[in-house]
Amino acid sequence: MVVSEIPAINITARNTRIIPFEYEYYEPRSLKEALELLDRYGDQARILAGGTDLLVKMKARLVEPRVVINVKKIDNLRYIVEDGEQVRIGALTRLRDIENSELVKKYIPALHDAVKSMGSIQIRNMATIGGNLCNASPAADTAPPLLVHNAKIVLSSVGGDRVLPLTEFFKGPGLTVLKPSELLREIIVEKTNAGSSAFKKVSRVAVDLAIASAAIYVEVEDGFIRNARIALGSVAPKPLRAVKTESLLRGLRIDSREVLNALKTIDEEISPITDVRSTAEYRRYVSKVLVLDALEVAYTRLKGGVHG
Amino acid sequence: MVRVSFRVNGEPVELDVKPNELLLNTLREKLGLTSVKYGCGIGECGNCTVLVNGEPVLACLTLTVDVDGCEVLTVEGLSKGGLTRVQKAFIEEGAVQCGYCTPAFILMAEFLVRSKQEPSIDDVREYLKGVLCRCTGYVNIFKAVLKASESGRGREKVDKG
Ligand SMILES: Cc1cc2nc3c(=O)[nH]c(=O)nc-3n(C[C@H](O)[C@H](O)[C@H](O)COP(=O)(O)OP(=O)(O)OC[C@H]3O[C@@H](n4cnc5c(N)ncnc54)[C@H](O)[C@@H]3O)c2cc1C
Repeated sequence: MVVSEIPAINITARNTRIIPFEYEYYEPRSLKEALELLDRYGDQARILAGGTDLLVKMKARLVEPRVVINVKKIDNLRYIVEDGEQVRIGALTRLRDIENSELVKKYIPALHDAVKSMGSIQIRNMATIGGNLCNASPAADTAPPLLVHNAKIVLSSVGGDRVLPLTEFFKGPGLTVLKPSELLREIIVEKTNAGSSAFKKVSRVAVDLAIASAAIYVEVEDGFIRNARIALGSVAPKPLRAVKTESLLRGLRIDSREVLNALKTIDEEISPITDVRSTAEYRRYVSKVLVLDALEVAYTRLKGGVHG
Repeated sequence: MVRVSFRVNGEPVELDVKPNELLLNTLREKLGLTSVKYGCGIGECGNCTVLVNGEPVLACLTLTVDVDGCEVLTVEGLSKGGLTRVQKAFIEEGAVQCGYCTPAFILMAEFLVRSKQEPSIDDVREYLKGVLCRCTGYVNIFKAVLKASESGRGREKVDKG
């Protein structure tokens, strides 16, 4: 790759001091009220949660909604609860709440790793998990951990709820199956009882989006991998599961060379691009390293070692 | 226009604002609180950090309508009873160069000192990483924060960079 092939960033002089247009503004106090507003305004409206993605885009006029629906005053959408074999997380839960949650640390360790790595404390105080998923960046850091924990999402509209596996949610950069009248209400995650999980990412500076990221969930019996699930971020149009690599890992001795060989298959499953953050080649290379590093952390946790 | 009422540095404020007005601009332009700085406008430099209900957030990505009913704290509200430990430590350690980022660092340091008893150097890094100092005066800033938190731990590490 020669430097001239790296696409230039489009630096147009933007005034990021203000939001340069007006909109109709609503602050629903209940979910019902929010869903009715969404039903009324559809694709003319945007949901505002933490605003750390949406307001940046609005300042740059990348999105210019006629109606803004601030859902943060609905307080019963901010929770993390244990429910049998699952943990349920409300869409408006702040990343900082997740970081401070013992429940998440214990049962969804990869998600705990991920939120700790995201933005700054200020950003994590504002940003919500629902916003991270609905923004649908290929670099959304909560996505790989949730994918390896077989997360399901609950989408609500005036017509009722639908529940989908997270694997079916993302369509491409910024694109999801969410309908204009729908709101992401809840994320349901399987607890790690038999196995453990971990998340790793590389970025340029401390507060930055990932160059690449990886999460793994693994179950190990007598030194052999019984089950593994891998998910990768920033190396395809959407966060994705590496199902082929996962199947090759099953049955291998965890400390064997075959594990390294199996990880080479990741190459076939990803389609990274070159952009301002990294070249495609580096993303290919580092993805395997990240999965291996995450595997090591998850295995240490499984053996009861302290790791994060 | 939307009527909002909140408290800034302990004083009640009532204002009519447009729904697209940002807290950064309300504080600076309507309330004269110019310690809150506009840096990048996209959440990356942290120079517009303020405490809302005791938690640090970015005023450049917060709608003013959103702080209705909240308590907002800026550096102007800190020193009402004389300089705080953090402020004194910044002066003693020479933790100020051009001064642009200083209010944001002071607020994050106050938040750290209030949240953690004996912060380690890693805690200091984690709490301060969301504020950029373009003079790169981090070493003295870290020293000041450790001093204010009365923690000698990690001091050696700061000296080594
Ligand atoms: C300085 C900085 C650093 C960052 N670092 C990281 C990082 O390390 N990793 C990372 O992944 N991201 C990062 N981000 C991006 C951003 O902070 C996260 O994606 C965040 O979780 C978005 O959540 P939010 O609540 O702020 O979303 P908002 O900006 O409020 O919303 C984002 C989008 O989702 C929609 N939406 C929000 N909630 C819902 C819902 N419940 N139902 C339906 N639609 C909804 C909105 O309409 C909007 O289109 C960073 C951002 C900044 C500014």
